Amino acid sequence: MKRFYWLLAVVLVGGVVWIWFGNKAGGQGVEWVAETKVPETKADSEFTGYVMGSETAPVEIVEYADFECPICATFGAVQFPVIKQQLIATGKLRWRLRDFPLPPEVHMWSRLAAHSVACAGEQGKAWEMIDALFSHHRMWSQRRDDPAKLFRGWAKDLVGLDMTKYDACMESGRYRGRIQYSREEGQARMVGGTPTFFVNGQEWHTRDISSDAFQRMVDSVTAQRRRR
Amino acid sequence: MRTRQAIALLSLVGFLISLYLWLHAIGVVGELKCGTGSCEVVQTSPYARVAGVPVAFFGVLGYVALFVTALVGLQPSFLSKRSPSLLLAGLATAGLLFTAYLTYLEAFVIQAWCRWCLGSAAVIAVIWVVAVLGLRNGAVAPSQRDSARSLG
Repeated sequence: MKRFYWLLAVVLVGGVVWIWFGNKAGGQGVEWVAETKVPETKADSEFTGYVMGSETAPVEIVEYADFECPICATFGAVQFPVIKQQLIATGKLRWRLRDFPLPPEVHMWSRLAAHSVACAGEQGKAWEMIDALFSHHRMWSQRRDDPAKLFRGWAKDLVGLDMTKYDACMESGRYRGRIQYSREEGQARMVGGTPTFFVNGQEWHTRDISSDAFQRMVDSVTAQRRRR
Repeated sequence: MRTRQAIALLSLVGFLISLYLWLHAIGVVGELKCGTGSCEVVQTSPYARVAGVPVAFFGVLGYVALFVTALVGLQPSFLSKRSPSLLLAGLATAGLLFTAYLTYLEAFVIQAWCRWCLGSAAVIAVIWVVAVLGLRNGAVAPSQRDSARSLG
């Protein structure tokens, strides 16, 4: 029996040492990846996300997304264009996308990507930049290399931004506080993973994030509102 | 006795896997060492949390419960009792069902595989088989109990 307890002890200590010393987070030293504890400012709290759709739409979906999250990217590239065409363009739905960058240990470039979108947003092209990031997701996510040059290339060639303004914006890092504010606001709403959806203010717990599921949900919410 | 020892050892391995995934989920350890798998896809999906709690944390709790039960069952005063075997079989069945659901999500909903999750699934499956065998074999024979006393 003693030998058995020694075996348990060796397995336990070996496992804990491997987990702790072999995988400890941090040490990346990149300014972009650090979580910035920027004090809340009026401008940060007034920004309520990237909005698409009619102000009078009966249903609003708030999506908390991380641009490096693979499910967000697949959803954004495959399902969202259909939702945009069938629900948003027809005035049935308004979409609000909020930044929810996961911790840098999980997604190293989320905040850089979110800042790139914010800088495109200054020129009224946030959604185009989001499309570029999601449709080229595999080229930049989960990689060690800094994707800033890739983002800049898409901002110039695909989105058509004024690059002098874009470069100045990225250099300033002025939206880092806003991105962090959005994350903290999501945390206050108990957002745990991405994408997380809120439908007219209520979290939508769903296993199905296909465009068909969104169609059914919007129809259902709209019908309920009509009955009242 | 052998089945309880095997369950203690296997649940320790399962505990370490769950601990690794849980520490990753709360940002304590860095990028998952996943090889060719899609651990990040699975771990950052909405299904990786239940009511805001990382799924891996439930794994940590489950394996701790199995480990403690197996160790208690190995104590001389419990060796001849059937209750630890029953409890181990119950815990293993609950763990197996929960893991089966998570594996279904990986296969058909998320459509991505996390090799650590699969490792945990394999561990709980083996634990279940061993626990059921332990239940069939019944309590530990007096001779084994005596040898446990003399070795301990």
